[in-house]
Amino acid sequence: MSILIKKAGILTTVQDLGRNGFRRFGINQNGAMDKIAVRLINSLLANDENTAVLEMHYPAAEILFEERAIFALGGADFSAELNGKALENWRMHYAEKGSTLKFKDKIFGNRAYLAVKNGFKIEKWLGSASTNLKAGIGGFQGRKLQNGDRLPFHQITNRKPQIANFKVSHLLIPFYSKFPTVRVVEGAEFELLTAISRENFLNRNFTITPNSDRMGFRLRGEPLQLLHEKELVSSAVNFGTIQFLPDGQMIVLMADHQTSGGYPRIANVIPTDLPLLAQLGANDKFAFHLIKIEEAENLLMRFEKDLNFLKIAAKFI
Amino acid sequence: MKTETFKIFPLGIDALSVEFGNEISFRLNDKAVNLAEYFKEKRFAGLIETVPAYASLTVFFDVFKVRKNFPEFATAFEAVKNLIENSLQNSAKLRKSKPRLIEIPVNFSKEFALDLDFVAAQNNLTKEQAVEIFTEKTYRVFMLGFMPAFAYMGEVDERIAAPRKQTPRLIVPKGSVGIAGRQTGIYPFDSPGGWQIIGRTDFELFTPRIENPCALKAGDLVKFYASDK
Repeated sequence: MSILIKKAGILTTVQDLGRNGFRRFGINQNGAMDKIAVRLINSLLANDENTAVLEMHYPAAEILFEERAIFALGGADFSAELNGKALENWRMHYAEKGSTLKFKDKIFGNRAYLAVKNGFKIEKWLGSASTNLKAGIGGFQGRKLQNGDRLPFHQITNRKPQIANFKVSHLLIPFYSKFPTVRVVEGAEFELLTAISRENFLNRNFTITPNSDRMGFRLRGEPLQLLHEKELVSSAVNFGTIQFLPDGQMIVLMADHQTSGGYPRIANVIPTDLPLLAQLGANDKFAFHLIKIEEAENLLMRFEKDLNFLKIAAKFI
Repeated sequence: MKTETFKIFPLGIDALSVEFGNEISFRLNDKAVNLAEYFKEKRFAGLIETVPAYASLTVFFDVFKVRKNFPEFATAFEAVKNLIENSLQNSAKLRKSKPRLIEIPVNFSKEFALDLDFVAAQNNLTKEQAVEIFTEKTYRVFMLGFMPAFAYMGEVDERIAAPRKQTPRLIVPKGSVGIAGRQTGIYPFDSPGGWQIIGRTDFELFTPRIENPCALKAGDLVKFYASDK
């Protein structure tokens, strides 16, 4: 009733949509870097969208299905193969008992997700199956997966499972790109940037430095300047908050960010564009585009409505 | 009459912060903690959680749910902003709850007090004097952050204030009690850190497997006492 992790890959963790309600205690949200990918493949499988999945980086895991399973992959394209046969992302797949799932090449993106129908059996901590690597708790024993780990999952019941031959609509899949434009809304200290810096922020490209991880992406680009120095007392920050560092560079806070911070907050990446950023890696470039809150909310509302159609469709399979 | 001043700004589209000022003070922190308490009792549809900090409260919410439940507003941001302004205007609604006092034993012996010599010397004190000044005062938990269950407390007497270490330690042992500027805090588990370590406690700040895993919360009062345990 399990999958066996034959090779763990470089950083494979159990994640869901994150742990809410405990940020006031310094317990950060964690959860998947690309939450939309997780919501899509879970919904495709008619799972609750918050069902635990595996998040993999490249080199990814090699996985043996010790029991038959229905599963789906999404996010990055690591050229997945089941018993040597190529698999497409955003589709339902069926694995016979004894099948092996491998990832052969890094085609696009940096974080791939594996969801199994009915979900992995993961004991939740504070309402979430996400792994908190810093505290060493949550997910699978509070750590990244290792060779030989066994993750049990809830079995599928049908003798002959129906594998629907449909794919998540391209309207729902984020517009992933190797050089994306990432939309942001203004942060509290946006106006504190000099006019030239504001211009640079919106028109220049920024590069993700190798010193980036699930906590945050450190950027390199034309250094920005503030109109005047501002010391801030610490306050809560968010997934996607873009902080201004003393050297004029920026950091974008990602899924494992600390709950609070004291750097000026220039802008925040909108939730529907966080996946574009989450799929980038070291030395990738991107640009920012500033939009109004209303527009950003409408993008999210449209996504929620479209996702609901997928959920309804998936239930009829 | 003093008018209540605050500023509300978005922290992305699914959160906003209410800022009461930009300094470390009991008065501003009280406002943040009281507003957090208010929303604990008066939850609104779509509220996810609130996070009090030194002088601000951040409110996280579900955009979709807020939009559905408050269709009269053009945005979820406007809807939540309005809820906050209403609650702050009627400040009588914001009851001040009596803070808890938590006493924490600290072992100041040499093997645990890695930087007590430095803190004392920096301020021309003996170690005993530094410990006495430290344990005299009752501190307030302003906020938690940095890592699970790490409480930022203050303010320590100016006579024992000390700068952060130039080079942070790769591992500060669990239970270490530190000073940074006029703040004090306890490392809930082994972690890298740059605070000056003056002692160690066996008080458990973080007990993962229970419903309320953190012993301290913003607004609590903390008194340290010397112990040889």
